[in-house]
Amino acid sequence: MKKLGVIVNPIAGMGGRVGLKGSDGIEILKKAREMGAEPESPRRALEALKIIAKLKNEIEVLAYPDEMGADECRQAGLEPEVIGSIKSGETSPEDTMEAAREMAKKGVDLILFAGGDGTARNIYTAIGPEIPVLGIPAGVKIHSAVYAINPRSAGEVASLYLQGQVVNIREAEVMDIDEEAFREGRVNARLYGYLKVPVERRVQSVKSGARSEQAEVEGMAAEVVANMEKDTLYIIGPGTTTRAIMERLELPNTLLGVDVVLNRELIANDVGEKQLFNLLNQHGGNTRIIVTAIGGQGHIFGRGNQQISPRVIRLVGKKNIIVVASRDKLVALQPHPLLVDTGDPDLDQELSGYVRVVTGWEDSIMYRISNDAD
Amino acid sequence: MARQKKLLRDNYHQARWDEAIIFEMSVPGERGVLVPLACQNIIGQVGDGVSAIPANLRRKKAPALPEVNQMRVNRHFYHLSQETLGTDVTLGISEGTCTMKYSPKVQEHMAARHPGIVNVHPLQDPDTMQGILEIYYQVEQFLKEISGMDAFSLQPGGGAHGVYANASMIRAYHRARGDNKRTEIITTMFSHPCDAATPNTAGFKVITLMPDESGYPDLEAMKAALSERTAGIMITNPEDTGIYNPRIEEYVKAAHAVGAICSYDQANANGMLGIHRAREAGFDLVHFNLHKTFSAPHGCMGPATGAIGVKEFLKPFLPVPRVEFDGQKYILNSNYPDSIGKVRSYFGNTNVVLKAYMWIMQHGAEGLKEAAICSVLNNQYFMKKIAAIPGIVIWYAKGKRRLEQVRYSWEKLKQDTGVGTDDVNKRIVDFGIEHYWTSHHPWVVPEPFTLEPCESYNKEDLDEYIEVLQQISKEAHEDANFVKTAPHKAASHRPTHEAIDDAELIAVTWRQYLKKRGKK
Amino acid sequence: MHKKPIVYPYIPNSAPETKAAMMKEVGVTEPMQLYEEIPEHLKYNQEMKLPEPILDEYSIRRHTDEILGKNKTCGEYLSFLGAGCAQHFVPAVCDEINGRGEFLTAYVGESMGDHGKWQALFEYCSLMGELMDMDILSIPMYDGGQAASSSLRMANRINDRKKVLVPASMNPDIFMIVQNYLNSVPAPEIEIVKIGFEPNTGLMDLNDLKKNISADVSAVFIENPSYLGFIETQAEEIGKIARGAGAEFIVYTDPISLGVMEAPANYGATITCGDYHPLGLHLGAGGCQGGFIATHDDMKYISEFKDLMFGLTDTVQDGEWGFGEVLYDRTSYGSRDKGKEFTGTSTGLWAITAGVYLSLMGPQGMEEVGTTIMQNCQYAVKKIGELPGVKIQFSSPSFKEFVVNFDMTGKSVAQINKHLLEFKIFGGKDLSKEFPQFGQSALYCVTEVHQHKDLDKLVYALQGVISC
Repeated sequence: MKKLGVIVNPIAGMGGRVGLKGSDGIEILKKAREMGAEPESPRRALEALKIIAKLKNEIEVLAYPDEMGADECRQAGLEPEVIGSIKSGETSPEDTMEAAREMAKKGVDLILFAGGDGTARNIYTAIGPEIPVLGIPAGVKIHSAVYAINPRSAGEVASLYLQGQVVNIREAEVMDIDEEAFREGRVNARLYGYLKVPVERRVQSVKSGARSEQAEVEGMAAEVVANMEKDTLYIIGPGTTTRAIMERLELPNTLLGVDVVLNRELIANDVGEKQLFNLLNQHGGNTRIIVTAIGGQGHIFGRGNQQISPRVIRLVGKKNIIVVASRDKLVALQPHPLLVDTGDPDLDQELSGYVRVVTGWEDSIMYRISNDAD
Repeated sequence: MARQKKLLRDNYHQARWDEAIIFEMSVPGERGVLVPLACQNIIGQVGDGVSAIPANLRRKKAPALPEVNQMRVNRHFYHLSQETLGTDVTLGISEGTCTMKYSPKVQEHMAARHPGIVNVHPLQDPDTMQGILEIYYQVEQFLKEISGMDAFSLQPGGGAHGVYANASMIRAYHRARGDNKRTEIITTMFSHPCDAATPNTAGFKVITLMPDESGYPDLEAMKAALSERTAGIMITNPEDTGIYNPRIEEYVKAAHAVGAICSYDQANANGMLGIHRAREAGFDLVHFNLHKTFSAPHGCMGPATGAIGVKEFLKPFLPVPRVEFDGQKYILNSNYPDSIGKVRSYFGNTNVVLKAYMWIMQHGAEGLKEAAICSVLNNQYFMKKIAAIPGIVIWYAKGKRRLEQVRYSWEKLKQDTGVGTDDVNKRIVDFGIEHYWTSHHPWVVPEPFTLEPCESYNKEDLDEYIEVLQQISKEAHEDANFVKTAPHKAASHRPTHEAIDDAELIAVTWRQYLKKRGKK
Repeated sequence: MHKKPIVYPYIPNSAPETKAAMMKEVGVTEPMQLYEEIPEHLKYNQEMKLPEPILDEYSIRRHTDEILGKNKTCGEYLSFLGAGCAQHFVPAVCDEINGRGEFLTAYVGESMGDHGKWQALFEYCSLMGELMDMDILSIPMYDGGQAASSSLRMANRINDRKKVLVPASMNPDIFMIVQNYLNSVPAPEIEIVKIGFEPNTGLMDLNDLKKNISADVSAVFIENPSYLGFIETQAEEIGKIARGAGAEFIVYTDPISLGVMEAPANYGATITCGDYHPLGLHLGAGGCQGGFIATHDDMKYISEFKDLMFGLTDTVQDGEWGFGEVLYDRTSYGSRDKGKEFTGTSTGLWAITAGVYLSLMGPQGMEEVGTTIMQNCQYAVKKIGELPGVKIQFSSPSFKEFVVNFDMTGKSVAQINKHLLEFKIFGGKDLSKEFPQFGQSALYCVTEVHQHKDLDKLVYALQGVISC
C-alpha cells in the first residue's frame, strides 16, 4: 500500500490577501492577521485532498496535527495517521521541516504539501531531493516549479502517482526570494535546489509525435556541444537543463551556480560575479553565455543566476547569449514570454525581442523575451 | 412501446468477441489453404528444388506459424474487423486533421477488383499500361489546376512521406545552386509534426514558431528567425486550429526575401478546394493527401498518397519516373539528372491515385467547391453548437470564422470535474463513435480535441455527435468516476498499460510475449 | 433560367433546404461569407478548369472501366516480371479481409474502439516474427526501399559510424531510395560504398569486401535472395566479416523464401528487412508494396525503430487482451546526436493482409510454396538455358529470379520483349541499362503461379523469337 504524507503550511497565502507579499517572519504574520487575513492554504489543501480521498481504501495517509494537515485530511474524508506535535495557531517553518523529516523516516512514497516558496524551501532543506513531493499552490509568491497548476491538478496527479499509473518524475526548481527585499520592491530570488516532482504524462495516440523531456534535453545538450567554438569562453548558468551540457562535456557541474568552460575544458566552477567579470576580461576573445529559464515564471536573467550581472552580460553581448530550454517548459509558459530582470532597466530593454531557444538536437523554437512580466 | 426517433445511441454496444490471439487457435495439422505444387514432370527433371540451397542457408526449423483451418482464419479476422471503428461504421468526424470522408464504394470496387489495375505489373511496357499512366497524368493535371502549381509527383506513399520528399527537394535545389549554407527549416507549432520531423530526417535543423495571442504563428518571430541559412519554411494554413491566417503572403514574402523556399502543407485543404490556391499565396511547393482531401480511404494507416506539387523552377528535382504525354501516348520519363531520385518503388500507390481520380471526375470544379463549402458550413455549424456545451472552451480567434476544423478544449471540464480529454475520449466509443484526435504533442491548447465534420456528414450526423458530447459533459458533472472508468461498451476495456516503456513488459510479438510472461 | 442545383450523394448538405437552414444557423446568406477570413485577393475567383463531371455512378464506373481496359494484364498475358513485385498466389480470404469496410476505412483510433485493428497489426508483427525468427517488428513501412533505408539509418544511430557497404548488384531502385535517404545536409554524410561481385556467380567479391571493411563501417547490407535472383551463398561469412568489424549485418530478404531458406537471423543478420508484397498481395501496378524491419529483442535495436509498436498487455477487465503503445517517445526521436526519422500513414491494410496470408499458410504452406517456386524456377532455368544463343548469366543457385543473357542471339531484350508480347507474354525485366556489363540481359521471375504449360509456352515463344 502506498503511503502519502500531507503537510499544510497553514499560514501560507495570508500575506497575499492583504498585499504584503509573503508571510515569512512572525511580525509580518501578526500584521497580516491584524489586517484581517484569512488562511488560504487549508482551503486549497482540502480541494486537492478531496480528490485523493477517492483512494482512501487504497493508500495510507500520514499527516501532521491539526491545521497542518490532519484537519484538512479528515474534512476531505480521509483517516490519517497523525504524527508529531505542534502548537496550534503558532506554527513555524521548523514545524514544516520536522514534519518532512518524520515522514521521510516513515518511508512515505510522496509528500503532498500546501504552501508557497518558503514551504518548498523548508522541505528541501529538511530532506533534500530524495522523496518525490508535490506542491499545492497556496503561497503568495510562487517562483518554485514544484507546484501543480492548481489544487485540483495537484490532487489528480498525486492520485495517479499513488495508483502507480503513468507519471514522469521531473526535477523542479526550489526558489525563494528575500521577502524583506521583496516588500521593499526589490526581487532577489535564489535557486536553492531541486525537488523531484511527479508530472502527469499523457499518452497520445498515433500521430502526435511526443518525445520524452529527458531525451529532448539530451538532444539539446548534444546540439549545443556540437556547435561549441574554439577559443570561446562559455559561461554556463545554473539549472538542470544547462547541467545536461556539462554532463555531455563530461565536466563537473554546479547545479545551482555558474561554471566557465573553454575548449571543452573546465576553467572554473561556481564562480561569483566578480570572478566571472575578471575571467571575461582576462580572456579577451569570443565569449558566450548559456542560460535556461529558471523557475515557474520563465526568467532567463535575474532569478537564481545573478552572478551573470548586467556588466557581465554587456561584456559578452546580446548576440552571444544562447538560451536553452525543453519544449515542454516553453509550452507550459504559454502565452507568457521569457523574462529578463537584470536590475538594469536599459539592459532589460535591450535584451527584449525574439530569441532562438535551443530545444533539442537540430531543434529550436523562436520565443519572445520581455522585460515586463505582464 | 414504439421507439421514438432519437440520435443518441444509448443502447449501443460494440462487438466484443473476446477473441484469442491467432497463435492460441493453432491445431497441429490443420491447413488454412493449399498451395500449388510443382507437377510431376517438373519434379522429375529438377528434383526437390530446395537441395540447391547450401546447407547452412536451408531452413532448419520450420517457422512456428499457427496451423488454423480456413473457416477459423476467416472468422477470426471478421471478428477483428467488427472490433474496429472504420468510417464505414462510425462518424469519422472524430479524427480531426484526417478528413475522414466517405470513400465511395464504386471506387473501391474498381480499385480492388478491376484486373486492369489489380493484375498489372508496374514494370510492364508502358504501351501495355496506358490506362494506368493516363490516370496518373490526368490526376497530375487536376492537382495542378486545384493548386496552381506547375507539376506534380504522386510517388510518395503517405502525407509525411510527401513532406519528406519536399524537404529533399529543398535540399537538392539549394545544392544544385552551390548554396550549401542553407541548413535550417522553419515551421510552426500548430503544423503537423511531420513538418518538423521530415526536414530533420532530410538533414535540416528545425526552428519552430510559437503561436501569438491570436493563435497565428508569430510573424515577428519568423522574421527574427529568417537568415541566409534558411533553406525553407514548411507551414500549414489553416493550421490545426482551423484558423485561416490572412497574412499568409507576408510570411511567404519574408521567406522569399532571404532566398528560402516556401512549402505549403495542404493536408488541411478540404475547406478550400476551388476557393483558395497555393499559387496565389505565393508558395513554391505543396503537398496534398489523396487519402484525405480526395476521398481515398485510410486503410488502418495506409496505403496512402502524398501528392507533391512544385513550381516550374523546382520541376527538375521531382522524383522519377515522371508520367508524361508525348502527344500520342503516355510515357515514363526518368531523364531528370537533378531529380532527388526515388522515395518509393515504381510509381507509388496506384490504387489510391485511381480513387482520387474517380472522386475528382465525379465532382468536377463545381462539385469540389461544393465539398469545400459544405465542409466549412458543417464546421461552423458544429462549432457554434459545441461552444455551448458545458466544460468546452475554444482557444484563440474569438468571433472569427474557422474553416474545416476546430481544436477544442475540455480545460473547463477538467477544472470543474476532473474529467479531462483522455477520459472523454474513452467514453465516446461507448456511443459508437470513434476515439477522437486530441492534438499532436505538445498540448499548447490544454485538454485538446480536434474535430473535422467534413462534407460527408449530414446535419443529423452532426447533431448526433453534439448530443454525445453533451451527454458526456453531463455525466462528467454528475458522476465523474463513471466517465473516468470508460469505455464500458467498447471492444475492449482500458489497457493496464497504455504506454509500455518498461523493457520487461514490452511484447510486440507473440513469441516475445511468451518468453516474457511465460504463458502457454 | 436558374440551373437546378446538383445534390451530390457524397455531400448530403448540398441539398438546398438543409444547406439554407444551416447557413441561416451560422449567420450567412451567401456561401462565400463563410470565408470572410480569407482576404479577397487570395481567393480564387475563377472556375477551375477541370473536366465536366461524370455525375452518376454507372457512368463513372463505365468511364473508369474503359480507361483501365486499356491496360494489358498479367491475367490475359503470361508474365515473368518480378524485380521486387512478383506475381504470387493470393488466397481469397486475403481479399475478403482487406475488403472489409471496417479495416479499409479505419485510421488512428485508440486500442479500445479499434481493438481489432491493434490486434490484427500485432498479429502481423507476430507472424512475421516467426518467419524471421526474430522478436521485434514495428507496424509496417511504405515499401522495401524504405525498410532498407531505415535499417541503414538505424545502424548509423546504433554505432554512430558513417559508412555503409552495399552490393553493387543490388536493386537499383532501392539504391536510389537509400541514396536520397542517407543524403543528409550536415557533414560528414553517410558514405555508401558498392562492393563488387563475381561476374559468373553474382556473389559478393569477398576480397573487395575485406578491402573496404573497417571500424568506420556502420553496416554491411546484402540482399538474399538477391535482386538478380541468385542466393548469396556466402551470406554467413559476410556476416562474420561485418560483425567482426563491429558493423551491423543487414539482410534484405524475400519473405516468401523463408519456408525453405534459413531466416537471416540464423546466419548472423542483426537486422532483417524487406518488402512483404509476396505475402497475399496483388500486383496492383506497384501499389501493394509494404516494408518491414525485424531485429532481436535488445533495447539497443528496439529503441531505434522509427514506427509505432503495438504491445500486448492486459486490460482492467480480467482475462481480456489489451494493447498499448510501446516506447512511444521513439517515434520522434530527439535523443543525443542521433538523427531522427519520421512516422506516418504507411501500409496498414496490406500488413493486415500479410498477417491473414501467413495465418492461412502455416508452416507447411510456407515450406510448400518455397519448394514449388524453386522447382518451377529451376525447370525454367534448365529449359531456357538449353535454347541456342541463350545463356543463364549466373551459375549460382536462384530462388525465384534469374538473369538470362541474349547477347549471342544478336537480338536486344527490347526486341525480344516486343515479340513476346505477340505471344501474350511479358518477358523479363530489361537489365541492359541498369547493368550494361551483362549486355542484353533480362531478369526473369518464376513463381508458384506458373504451371508447367506456362513455362513450356515461354520456352516455345522464346525459341521462336530468337530464331526469327
